[in-house]
Amino acid sequence: MIPSQIAYQKPESLEEALNCVGDLGDMCKILAGGHSLIPVMKLRLADPENLVDITGIPGLKEISDAGDSISIGACATHADIANSRPIHSAAPMVSKAASMIGDIQVRNFGTIGGSIAHADPSADWPAVLLAADASINMQSRSGSRSVKASEFFLGLFMTALQTGEIITSIDIPKSAANANSNYEKFAQPASRFALVGCAVAADNSGDALADVRVAFNGVSATPFRDGGVESALTGSGLNDESISAACGVAADGVDVMSDHFASSAYRKSMAAVFAKRALKGLS
Amino acid sequence: MSLIGSSVKRVEDKRFLTGKGRYTDDIKLPNMTHVAFVRCPNAHATINNIDASKASEMDGVIAIYTGADTAEVNGVPCGWQVNFKNGDTMKEPKHPLLAHGKVLHTGEAVAMVVAETLAQAKDAVEAVRVDYGVLPAVTDAKAARVDGAPIVHDDAPGNLVFDWELGNPIADVDAAIANAHHVTKLDFVNQRVVPNAMEPRSAIGHYDDALDKYTLYTSSQNPHLTRLLLCAFVLGIPEHKVRVVAPDVGGGFGSKIFHYTEEALVIWASKKINRPIKWTADRSESFLTDAHGRDHNTVAEMAFDEAGNVLALRVKTYANLGAYLSTFAPAVPTYLHGTLLQGLYTTPLINVHVDAVFTNTCAVDAYRGAGRPEATYLLERLMDTAALEMKMDPAELRFKNFIPAFDGVEQAGYQTQVALQYDSGNYEPVLRRALEMVGYEDFRAKQKEASSNGKLLGIGFSTYIEACGIAPSAVVGSLGARAGLFESAQVRVQPTGKVSVYSGSHSHGQGHETTFAQIVADRFGIPMEDVDIVHGDSDAVAFGMGTYGSRSLAVGGSAIVKSMDKVLEKGAKVAAHLLEANVDDLDFAEGKWTVKGTDKSVAFGDVSLTAYVPHNYPEGLEPGLDFSSFYDPTNFTYPFGAHVAIVEIDKETGKVSLKRFISVDDVGNVINPMIVDGQIHGGVAQGVGQALHEGTIYDESGQLINASYMDYVMPRADDFPSFEVDRTVTPCPHNPLGVKGAGEAGTIGSTPAVMNAVMDALSPYGIHDVSMPVKSEDVWNIIHSNS
Ligand SMILES: Cc1cc2nc3c(=O)[nH]c(=O)nc-3n(C[C@H](O)[C@H](O)[C@H](O)COP(=O)(O)OP(=O)(O)OC[C@H]3O[C@@H](n4cnc5c(N)ncnc54)[C@H](O)[C@@H]3O)c2cc1C
Repeated sequence: MIPSQIAYQKPESLEEALNCVGDLGDMCKILAGGHSLIPVMKLRLADPENLVDITGIPGLKEISDAGDSISIGACATHADIANSRPIHSAAPMVSKAASMIGDIQVRNFGTIGGSIAHADPSADWPAVLLAADASINMQSRSGSRSVKASEFFLGLFMTALQTGEIITSIDIPKSAANANSNYEKFAQPASRFALVGCAVAADNSGDALADVRVAFNGVSATPFRDGGVESALTGSGLNDESISAACGVAADGVDVMSDHFASSAYRKSMAAVFAKRALKGLS
Repeated sequence: MSLIGSSVKRVEDKRFLTGKGRYTDDIKLPNMTHVAFVRCPNAHATINNIDASKASEMDGVIAIYTGADTAEVNGVPCGWQVNFKNGDTMKEPKHPLLAHGKVLHTGEAVAMVVAETLAQAKDAVEAVRVDYGVLPAVTDAKAARVDGAPIVHDDAPGNLVFDWELGNPIADVDAAIANAHHVTKLDFVNQRVVPNAMEPRSAIGHYDDALDKYTLYTSSQNPHLTRLLLCAFVLGIPEHKVRVVAPDVGGGFGSKIFHYTEEALVIWASKKINRPIKWTADRSESFLTDAHGRDHNTVAEMAFDEAGNVLALRVKTYANLGAYLSTFAPAVPTYLHGTLLQGLYTTPLINVHVDAVFTNTCAVDAYRGAGRPEATYLLERLMDTAALEMKMDPAELRFKNFIPAFDGVEQAGYQTQVALQYDSGNYEPVLRRALEMVGYEDFRAKQKEASSNGKLLGIGFSTYIEACGIAPSAVVGSLGARAGLFESAQVRVQPTGKVSVYSGSHSHGQGHETTFAQIVADRFGIPMEDVDIVHGDSDAVAFGMGTYGSRSLAVGGSAIVKSMDKVLEKGAKVAAHLLEANVDDLDFAEGKWTVKGTDKSVAFGDVSLTAYVPHNYPEGLEPGLDFSSFYDPTNFTYPFGAHVAIVEIDKETGKVSLKRFISVDDVGNVINPMIVDGQIHGGVAQGVGQALHEGTIYDESGQLINASYMDYVMPRADDFPSFEVDRTVTPCPHNPLGVKGAGEAGTIGSTPAVMNAVMDALSPYGIHDVSMPVKSEDVWNIIHSNS
């Protein structure tokens, strides 16, 4: 049940929206698909006085080819992304992750911008954006900036996004590694969020693997790139032995989460299993 | 073609599938107010102070009530009394409408806020300040029985509601077990599950001061019983002043049989404020306050001779009944569990002992199957475990011990060691058919092959019996029921020959509007469209005992048959008059009475019209064609069946997937095979849910920590293969339809079949038990600590 007293606005331009969130600051919440925000409001864990709905802003939903990257509008839904051909050829892991989020209703409403702003450590997008070396573009009344995914996710529900800022788009670089990428998740059986999610991308066009990126969500409070697995694979071939050896160090040194579905020891072992499965999907 | 046995599409589905079902929360009365509850966040606490001063001044707030206000009112009663072994009355502390002085489980309501809108009520709830003195809590039944455990009710020492025993003398059973060739023992928890009906509970109380009458709209499986309890026990309102309506109800699974505090509160408060009041649970409230199911902590031992014949069974169970006794709670671990421990086997000695226990948890009561799944689980887990231990084939072990076939007509019913007399049974064919369907011969080869591909395959069996068609009133009365368990039905033939049937059964997913109409249309030889089934309104339906215990067709359907008999008997008199013939010379078929050996006939519709326009009419016969009946069964009905599950385990993750599920059920005669299949499918899904997915988790302090769909695992469509369903037919010998009931069979048989399959898959690791629901991590630990 939603509290009675909420002011709701639906700006028709980005400028108007930026002014709204700029004026209201902490007194408002940006509303996109509502599939994270509304549930917490129903539980009264969030109680905003104002909602600024950004889904009516032209252009914010667009997915476009920007030459050396694919630009995904922050309000593109998971379904839009799952169904986009350019994304599928540039970075198959992005399409695959999108198609594994929730169910059809969730995918038709939930947006990539909303998901990463919310920064649930078990959401699917963070590992994928980390492995894609994506950039997140944000704008406020006073200007715009872009940060790498690796600098965006700061902790449990914590990001680099600041009050007054709106995420406008996400850039997925077109690279040999992203074109050879994969995502696998071990779903938490109730929520189907990731108990362990692993995104991998690697350039396998030369004699040995290069530009290897392996990232996890669900494993620790902050989604992370796994440098240990990446360096173990870099320079080697892609085969059962190299994959096994590399996955043996998955999530080493990481503070692994624990809950009633998976202890940290088990989760860590599953990180290795799902890294292996993700890597085996590469060519 | 006869309508009986035909898969007629469900007539109710059109409105459900087009969003036109009318549920309690859809009802909006003029001037209606809304309720939200202040619920205690602690499992056990004293209420030191409630400060509602700020809340009561908030916008839209009409009234705020606390336990002090409802102290004048009786508590919600329990409908079944089971006494201690020594004859003492069970402990039955008051279940107050609002907690007064103390709260005994998380989610218990301490204050009720009535406001103009729901949002205002919820806002005010947050402004009510309650000062709690938190006390240590106990949530586990076995732990609650230990000396020094927190005491839930001061007047129930040792947290014991009652202790109870059934069967053969314990000394005989002990001796047989002590001297047996082999004893299989399991010590396990049959975990607590949350019913999770899709429609949350909802109630509207409406006091009409012009008529001095009350109407309660409620999402109930059992509107008449709710009225009886509400009037006679809780509020003391004369019963003829109360109408209870249970409109469309979105699933119950048992949880909506019972009379809940909120129903009484909306009625009580609607008179105070003289306006209608609506309350609808949100999902969190449903998790915390809908009566839960199962929760047994059991040690079960089965003794065998060398050849594998069962010699004796000894069961000791701690049954968790929660903080308060829900309507049928005492019956579930006793007369619905202990009495089923004969299973399908000739076990000569059985003793079962139950401690029913109070804990600081939500009440536990009947949940689809109610007691019978718990009995079946322990029996069938014992069977497969014994087979494994004795290196025998689990199917063969069952064949060896099955009770021989009996039809209950030529051969007498089967008298068990645990008080029941089975009506009719033929057990071997269901298991034979299931084995044939599964291709048992080839399975073991496939199992070996899987193991070399990083997978473990397992097969599990379960052959079950259940007692349904609840129940002969005198029998249950002698066992402690405080109500009868008959059913009523009125068959009103309208002047035009259309038929309205008023049934005391309540449909909330079962498809009565179709099945009952089939029976009536078939019998009267009229189109199904000419039959309307009315249920769920105490002003329309004379009386009813509701729907649960797979009783609607066997008991409610039989009441309809009795009324139809009366209609046809009277109709024949009218027909004879019109045909100028003797009643004995008439045949009734295909909707008309015919004088035997002639082509003289009169149609059902003409007779109906004559009955209401009695110009040319038999002398002395009353006009009208409208009959009521009450049907009280002479015995329970005993459906049975065989379930076989095949599971696959991913060795790398420990994740268990259900690959195949075969069920061969015998529910007696079948009116609508599609509906019966649907009931089996849904039941199996729930039973598998308990094995692989569902279960509450209470922490030390008594918090239900998985009280949301983010954490409580509900099985989903993609967790299941297509079920392979077949049946045999052994008619019930003692009701006119020969039907036994199909609502719970799937749930009762499936859980142990799946668990046995998991254990079979894990047998290379020397493991005989894992707890439910099976967690991937637990399985992974078994695989990885042994290899
Ligand atoms: C049943 C269900 C199942 C789900 N399953 C999964 C799953 O399997 N995997 C998964 O990853 N997720 C899952 N989700 C979450 C889903 O992906 C959400 O849609 C997503 O997390 C939030 O996106 P949204 O557009 O709905 O954001 P909203 O709920 O509208 O907003 C979320 C937060 O982001 C902020 N915000 C939104 N857009 C912007 C923006 N452009 N700039 C700045 N801040 C913004 C809001 O203020 C709010 O704080 C599930 C959700 C549900 C309800």
